[in-house]
Amino acid sequence: MITEQDFSKLDGGLKLVAYKHLSTGHKIIDAPVVKNYVLPLQQHIGAISQCVVSVGERVLKGQIIARPGNTISAAIHAPVSGTVTAIDQQPVPHASGLADLCISIENDFKEEWHQQEPLADEYNNLSSHDLRLLLRNAGIVGLGGATFPSDVKQTETHIRTLVLNGVECEPYITCDDMLMRERASQILSGADIIGHIIKARQCIIAIEDNKPEAIAAIQTAIDEDGTGFFRLQVIPTIYPSGGEKQLVKILTGQEIPAQGLPAEIGVLCHNVATAYAIYQAVFEARPLISRIMTVTGHGINTPQNFDVLIGTPIKECIEQSGGYREDSCELIMGGPMMGFTLHSDSLPVTKASNCILVMLAKETQAVARSVNKAHMPCIRCGKCVDVCPVHLLPQQLYWYSSSKNMERAQEHHLFDCIECGCCAYVCPSNIPLVQYYRYAKSEIRLAQQELAASDIARQRHEARLLRQEKQKQLREEKLRKKRELLKKKNTANADSKGDDKNKSNKQDAIAQAVARAKEKKAAREKAQ
Amino acid sequence: MIFNQSTSPHVTASLSVQQMMFMVLYALIPGALASIYFFGWGVLFNLIIAISVALGSEAAILKIRQHNVKESLYDGSALITASLLALALPALAPWWLTTIATLFAIVIAKHLYGGLGYNPFNPAMVGYIVVMISFPLQMTLWTAPMGVHGGWPNFATTFDWVFLGHLPDTMTLDAISMATPIDTIKTQLHQLHDIAETRNSIEYKALFGTLSGIGWEWVNSLYLLAGIWLIKKDIIDWRIPVAFLISLTFLANFFAVSDFSSNSSALFHLFSGGTMLCAFFIATDPITASTTPRGRWIYGIGIGILVFVIRVWGGYPDGIAFAVVLMNMAVPIIDYYTQPKVYGDPEV
Repeated sequence: MITEQDFSKLDGGLKLVAYKHLSTGHKIIDAPVVKNYVLPLQQHIGAISQCVVSVGERVLKGQIIARPGNTISAAIHAPVSGTVTAIDQQPVPHASGLADLCISIENDFKEEWHQQEPLADEYNNLSSHDLRLLLRNAGIVGLGGATFPSDVKQTETHIRTLVLNGVECEPYITCDDMLMRERASQILSGADIIGHIIKARQCIIAIEDNKPEAIAAIQTAIDEDGTGFFRLQVIPTIYPSGGEKQLVKILTGQEIPAQGLPAEIGVLCHNVATAYAIYQAVFEARPLISRIMTVTGHGINTPQNFDVLIGTPIKECIEQSGGYREDSCELIMGGPMMGFTLHSDSLPVTKASNCILVMLAKETQAVARSVNKAHMPCIRCGKCVDVCPVHLLPQQLYWYSSSKNMERAQEHHLFDCIECGCCAYVCPSNIPLVQYYRYAKSEIRLAQQELAASDIARQRHEARLLRQEKQKQLREEKLRKKRELLKKKNTANADSKGDDKNKSNKQDAIAQAVARAKEKKAAREKAQ
Repeated sequence: MIFNQSTSPHVTASLSVQQMMFMVLYALIPGALASIYFFGWGVLFNLIIAISVALGSEAAILKIRQHNVKESLYDGSALITASLLALALPALAPWWLTTIATLFAIVIAKHLYGGLGYNPFNPAMVGYIVVMISFPLQMTLWTAPMGVHGGWPNFATTFDWVFLGHLPDTMTLDAISMATPIDTIKTQLHQLHDIAETRNSIEYKALFGTLSGIGWEWVNSLYLLAGIWLIKKDIIDWRIPVAFLISLTFLANFFAVSDFSSNSSALFHLFSGGTMLCAFFIATDPITASTTPRGRWIYGIGIGILVFVIRVWGGYPDGIAFAVVLMNMAVPIIDYYTQPKVYGDPEV
């Protein structure tokens, strides 16, 4: 049964037009298989992965091609069997538009898999530590968009509740919705695995109320499961209910402490797609080499969802979706509220690519105009304060960010901003508020880095001065000792001949000088 | 295909500043029409003078500041300042009074502080205060409302007086002007006639209607309805008018209950003078009001208290302008101490 429970409502937030129906008309289809795949080495939060293959080497499907660079890092696997053609800088989908190190693989179309050892139900026999290692070796990262390495997130200490995030609050995106509709029981199996690792007592699956089919599918799967571990929670459709902090408050009524983690209040959140990927890794021994991606927007002819291999060029999926409509203007990775624009469609799909959105000029012109030209001044209307889900004062943050008063901005909790975009959405002056905050955050981080660097430099300098002092003192010590030694030697030889000879020579010289002086004096007196 | 680059969020569905300002202007229309109907052509002349001086001076100073004249002029903020000032000034204010008030409001109170969004004080109220203090006599030149003691003078007389400064030989200023109900009650109280006496006296009986003064009750009622419409349309924040009206009601009734003879009722206060204009159009000016939710309550209550104090014990008949500007001064500190509790912060 869907249990109606008194839970916290989202503070602030917006009711947006969702346009989900654009892309939910078709079942998920497999994306076309292509000749060349480009795998960026940085597809996750944390350290960049370390490449373990070389150019010209043949790799099998599912073979590991890069290992985690650090604890907080993830492995990367070959999506197809083929040959590594290059390991170099390639353009990657990132807000900065910069390139990054990538492994390029040429498909040999043989679909030859790396050895697989599916575990199925036997995973119950493995310890949490071993399961986490399995997930790490499978390259599992959070597929909700943040791409945090999942095994690092799954600590065992006092996690009571596992939250499965099927909320998908951003407009246009439907990949989680379709996944829940079509593969609900696998999602639950994945959640069982996570629950086993973290020893959770219950799992709450949260879905927004604009997804009735997904709700029905999940409920059916829960009923079939029958263990009582799962509970479905339907929440009102308000953006951004799907943000981790907001969702935890809605479901449990508690707030995650500032700069803290949900684990501090006994909760762990995972996206439904991550749970599905974990199921595949454990049950089917399939590492993370594909994901569901929505290609949608009013600028696409036939929007739909794809099961796409990581590394596929985005334009393949766009072509499969009927291509661009006329008047298409922006290509966005992510949703309209938090996604970033891409400069080209030949960029590869990454683990973070949940949605490719093509928007028309008339939809984005208001924002584009205010971003490219000067915007109206802030009229302090306070609409941004009403919608902020974190209870910040966006217009104060704007004043301080634009006047570069970084201390005040930090005092107003700038770093608690989740960059959801609600404030900029309602601003009558169309101020690109989130851009101001990102700028302020980066300035502060830069200043902190410089401060840390200059602190180190200062310490080194002081240590150097100290060292030089010490060396000087040591040298002086040595010299002093030497002089003393010499003195002792001199006094010891005071009676020897060598000394007498010197003495008599000196006395002779003095006597001669005295005699000369006497002569001169006598000569002068004579002259007078 | 060349793709446009931008930053998130990529969509917006907000009303523009211009649209918001024009909705405020539309909301002013019913009350303004009632003002013209009850108080005569003078109100219309005020509006014409104020609007033309405002637009002209704003265009001039925008040019001096090298800003985009067209964009800034069309955002409607100068129109609102001029309209509020024109509706607050007495009907028989000479043209030079309105002009000075508007010039001060636009050029000094708004643009010398930095223009739209940067002024700390409500420009219309600053203009009003300047002429109130400098020309106290002219600021009492209200007309008798329609239907009272002959009503307001005709077009020709009004035009002559406002623009040319002279009246026909047979008429005196006293004949065509009359004090407002609030002012009347106050002066009579000083002369030791209590309120009931004033309201029943022969000279002043006709001045009072059901809620408050004739004409004034209509004007205020229409501003009230317009204000409710603005709140529903999410143009102004509801906290400021509610806080202001509740505090004024509370204070007025508190004193009226203790001494009915020398204290007007809350109803009288609410529908007299510029109360409703202040509640929904002046105090709610977003640029000069407090910005935090709790701060707006404090701001509204502060204005209510000050309006009541100035009306009852102060030297001026209507304390709206001073009350608003005094609270404008308090806004930075109110904002600083009323920040909302941020998500994740421990409960204080």
